Amino acid sequence: MPNFVELWVYLSATPLFGLTATLAVYVVAQAAYSRLAQAPWANPVLWTVLVLAGGLLLTGVPYPTYFAGAQFIHFLLGPAVVALAWPLWQRRSELRQRWVRLLAAALAGGAVASGSAGLLGWSMGLPLDVVLSLVPKSVTAPVAMGIAEKIGGIPALAAVFAVLTGLVGALAGKYLFDALRVPTDPQGWAARGFSLGTAAHGIGAARALHVNSDAGAYAGLALGLQVILASLLIPLAYTLFRLF
Amino acid sequence: MQGLRGLAWLLAFQTLGELLSRALHLPFPGPVVGMLLLLPALHWRLVREAVSGSADFLLRHLSLLFVPVGVGVMTHMSLVAQYGIRILIILVVSTLAGLLVTALTLRLFNNRERSQRKGGADA
Repeated sequence: MPNFVELWVYLSATPLFGLTATLAVYVVAQAAYSRLAQAPWANPVLWTVLVLAGGLLLTGVPYPTYFAGAQFIHFLLGPAVVALAWPLWQRRSELRQRWVRLLAAALAGGAVASGSAGLLGWSMGLPLDVVLSLVPKSVTAPVAMGIAEKIGGIPALAAVFAVLTGLVGALAGKYLFDALRVPTDPQGWAARGFSLGTAAHGIGAARALHVNSDAGAYAGLALGLQVILASLLIPLAYTLFRLF
Repeated sequence: MQGLRGLAWLLAFQTLGELLSRALHLPFPGPVVGMLLLLPALHWRLVREAVSGSADFLLRHLSLLFVPVGVGVMTHMSLVAQYGIRILIILVVSTLAGLLVTALTLRLFNNRERSQRKGGADA
């Protein structure tokens, strides 16, 4: 057995470990998700995060050691944000035609999500830096980190809140839309997808994309819009808020 | 090869965005500026053909990219222990509110359009 322990100590300290563990667990979680007919509760991100975080805590591997390998996946978030130009470009004619309602929905949804998070956090007595890390939570993680940094939140915390928000949206979205009787015709799918992209960013969009291609395209659109609106408006709102 | 070329374009636009964002003190993070620059560049077929495949691939597996950050929740265990329930309530309520308001705003516009169309047909 000492050989195994030695091997584990060696392997768990190389970047290879974090990268392999992330991909392997995700691939299994993704297969289980397909097998379970893509039930919302079987969300692959949720289970991958739980398994990896639990495993690291149990084995005592520190997060920075894990991240040394996982950073290669994390890095791709940047190019992925740039890649959002592609779904925006593909839907440009619809965007031109329906821009008033899409912009109104993106603004209203984004403002309510950020505003309610900030107000609730403040009224429940959370520390200010935690509240400020909650505000950009409906934007995709790398952008949420940038916004949090600008307004005095904690970037790492903002990223975690963003991921949790995405999971809440991906888990609860279907039930909320069914309760609201949002139809499952093309226009209804567009509305479902757009709402998920607005309030639950990339994880909501991934969920929308799995379920329906119209929903996925509109989710990508909403995600891109939210990134632009939030990076512009949240720091502005914060500056105005501080003036009064 | 096309996939590599697409990734190279994406990274080039991200780098350009990063440079512009810092140099001009723009309110957008670098990748967002990169996205805004790539949008008009997609009219150019050379860029579009290379980028489309890589962009589709990255966006199809977008949820995987959130895993490393998500696992970072383990470094905030003390915060979770102290404020976990409150934070969970806030995240659930605000996310549901955001979904609700977005969906209802779209419904408002869609219904108005439908009733206008109906009004037009009657007249």
